Amino acid sequence: MTLDASTPNGERMTLNMGPHHPATHGVLRIVVESDGEVVATCTPDHGYLHRSIEKIGECVEWPMFVPYTDRVDYVCAMNANLAYCVAAEKLLQTDPAATFTVPRRAECIRVLVAELNRISSHLVAVGAMAMDVGAYTPFLHGIAQREGVNDIFEKLCGQRLTYNYVTIGGVAFDLYDGAIDDIRRFLDQFEREMVRFNKLVTTNTIFRDRCAGVATVSAKEAVAWGLVGPNLRGSGVDFDVRRDEPYCVYGELGVQVPVGQAFAGRKGQVGDAYDRYVVRLLEIQESIRLCREVLKLLPPSAEKPNDPIGGIQADVGKLLKKPGKGEIHVRTEAPRGEMGYFLVSDGTKSLFRVRCRTGSFTAAGIFHHVMRGIFLADVVAVIGSFDVVVPEIDR
Amino acid sequence: MNPSDRPGNRDDEQIVLSSVDEFLAWGKEHSLFYLLFATACCGIELMQAGGPRYDVDRLGMIPRATPRQADLMIVAGTITHKMASRVRTLWEQMTEPRWVVSMGSCANSGGPFSKWSYSVLNGIDKYVPVDVYIPGCPPRPEALIDGVMALRDRVRRYRTLGERDTTPHVVAGHDAPFGGHCKVPDFGKPPEGKA
Amino acid sequence: MKALAFDAIATAVQARFPAVLVQKADNGQMALRVPKASIVDVAHFLRTDAQLAFDGLSDLTAFDTLKYPSTPPQDDICVVYVLFSYTHRHKVLLKVHAERAACDVPTVSGEWPAALYFEREVWDLFGVRFVGHPSLRRIMTPDDWEGHPLRKDYLYPATYNGVAHLRDGQHFEAAPPRSGGPL
Ligand code: SF4
Repeated sequence: MTLDASTPNGERMTLNMGPHHPATHGVLRIVVESDGEVVATCTPDHGYLHRSIEKIGECVEWPMFVPYTDRVDYVCAMNANLAYCVAAEKLLQTDPAATFTVPRRAECIRVLVAELNRISSHLVAVGAMAMDVGAYTPFLHGIAQREGVNDIFEKLCGQRLTYNYVTIGGVAFDLYDGAIDDIRRFLDQFEREMVRFNKLVTTNTIFRDRCAGVATVSAKEAVAWGLVGPNLRGSGVDFDVRRDEPYCVYGELGVQVPVGQAFAGRKGQVGDAYDRYVVRLLEIQESIRLCREVLKLLPPSAEKPNDPIGGIQADVGKLLKKPGKGEIHVRTEAPRGEMGYFLVSDGTKSLFRVRCRTGSFTAAGIFHHVMRGIFLADVVAVIGSFDVVVPEIDR
Repeated sequence: MNPSDRPGNRDDEQIVLSSVDEFLAWGKEHSLFYLLFATACCGIELMQAGGPRYDVDRLGMIPRATPRQADLMIVAGTITHKMASRVRTLWEQMTEPRWVVSMGSCANSGGPFSKWSYSVLNGIDKYVPVDVYIPGCPPRPEALIDGVMALRDRVRRYRTLGERDTTPHVVAGHDAPFGGHCKVPDFGKPPEGKA
Repeated sequence: MKALAFDAIATAVQARFPAVLVQKADNGQMALRVPKASIVDVAHFLRTDAQLAFDGLSDLTAFDTLKYPSTPPQDDICVVYVLFSYTHRHKVLLKVHAERAACDVPTVSGEWPAALYFEREVWDLFGVRFVGHPSLRRIMTPDDWEGHPLRKDYLYPATYNGVAHLRDGQHFEAAPPRSGGPL
């Protein structure tokens, strides 16, 4: 902490948050210069978790990169797997020699696991945001419900956090016996639990007033600063990759897209912290509905794993040994917004360039803009409301 | 019977004789406050270990936000070169006696990033001495609790006044000496001009 | 809202900037190759033109064409801009090639503030100097890091801060080349 009395307003104080700070969601460092209680400038410092995942993508073979995508965003590893695999499949399919299609059952399972993971990811997001503004209990509720999803995934693929489940061309394992019952039971139970959660937190006057009107981002700003996902929709922009550029079976599901509309009432504005929070909760509800819908579409399992309807894995092995040259940009919707992969293949077993564009990176980029002029105490609430996950920023 | 005459309730049975050291170690063993320090994926498992299902609170483990109040540092997650010196600083801020648990392959040895990454430190034990290594990517909360149990054995043997315990560190519950890795480099003065 | 196909976008841009070329990747992905000097003008046109209205910068990245099996062989750094229009819902890729040695490209952060972070990342990992960027600092690696890691001729560090990168006795077959002696 240093005091600098040279500024016109008297004195400014430099306050260093992180990289070890419990409210920065990992190892994010923020240097705040404050004028009294008001933030004058804010300088985020990144890279404390830069694990060179993009470079690793150039060194390992195509399918070997899937486990690393887990680590790009471990809070929603299924979606991260899916984003890479969809991009890799699209790149393979531009080769005229490629004749595979991903089996329909695999596509349905992908949507199912992606939506379940979206639920558990948003649970961490809303719980952590409530924790940042000072309420510890909602976080525990979020974690407790997350265990329900973890249990299903653990039975499905043997891991609780880093799944490596979605593969290029399908999924790694078929649903286990009784999986559908498990999922239905979880969804029913979870829906009831959400009512309680909303009563406890969302409609809580203290929480609502705390977040209303804080760090408002207008729709125009949100687009210009490259916000994506719930942060963008919280500002009132009606865009969702699942609906507007559908992949897997999202096109048949009729995804409803919630947008921010000053949910906090008179004190709120479109695009404030509370809107971003509520949009996440509405997306949880939508994900519950999508899970139920996709279970109706799920075709029965077939004997052959590469059966085009009931199989789970297309034959891509030969293609992966000798893929075609070329490049592609594909994006999918992860819980923290669009996850865009720009892949370049040079015709060898490993990719030439893997670029992963994540939602948290641009969300972190807007910090120094929105934090100017807010109260010091709101800084952590703002970080929480944008739901940044540090490995997504740093990769 | 008069309650005070029941076996176990008599005055002379209410007295336990112990050495000061053993008594202190007993207290430390049952109140290992840990530093809430999560860098990457393993940190989520650490949080879930503190959550309602695994509930490490019942072992006397309560997260502390500042290293000055913590006895135990659980290094949960990948440590990059940029982060490593900060970990060392945090460790230096903890008061003696302090313990370090390295959770997950990344903190043990670089894990999935050891070969191809240019920015990941291959093992936090190059910066701070580690007591217990927990393998896994990520380790389950049960594994973490097992590692903490192994640590508690060490804490119980810790002597504040008497001779220090110098048994080698352990790998998650097995008293297997790992040997040779626990070298802390001599840093001398911290490099100039770096925060 | 009226989404345009790539050809329509290319025609509109080329009518205004004849130096812009259409570039087809080996698998047919289309992009506009923009000369380095005119990227800011092209970006401004793409953003403000009512028909195009590319109000969002979806991604800004780069790749090193060294070792890419193309004829003739290249060694440029290719900067890729992915633009998306939230108004019309269409997308286009722009490419700018910067020479390896004097690697500088004008910044587009005046058009899309999102580019502030993207360009810092590309500078850090590829060493492309974005002229006019207000705070071009390293973002991922520490300030005293040497080299730009995603270049194809990058040497991995053998040590950082006096601490060896690998563990004692750790070695890999076919490990990436490191600076400072064997390994
Ligand atoms: S050991 Fe695995 S789970 Fe843990 S931080 Fe490293 S990559 Fe993540």
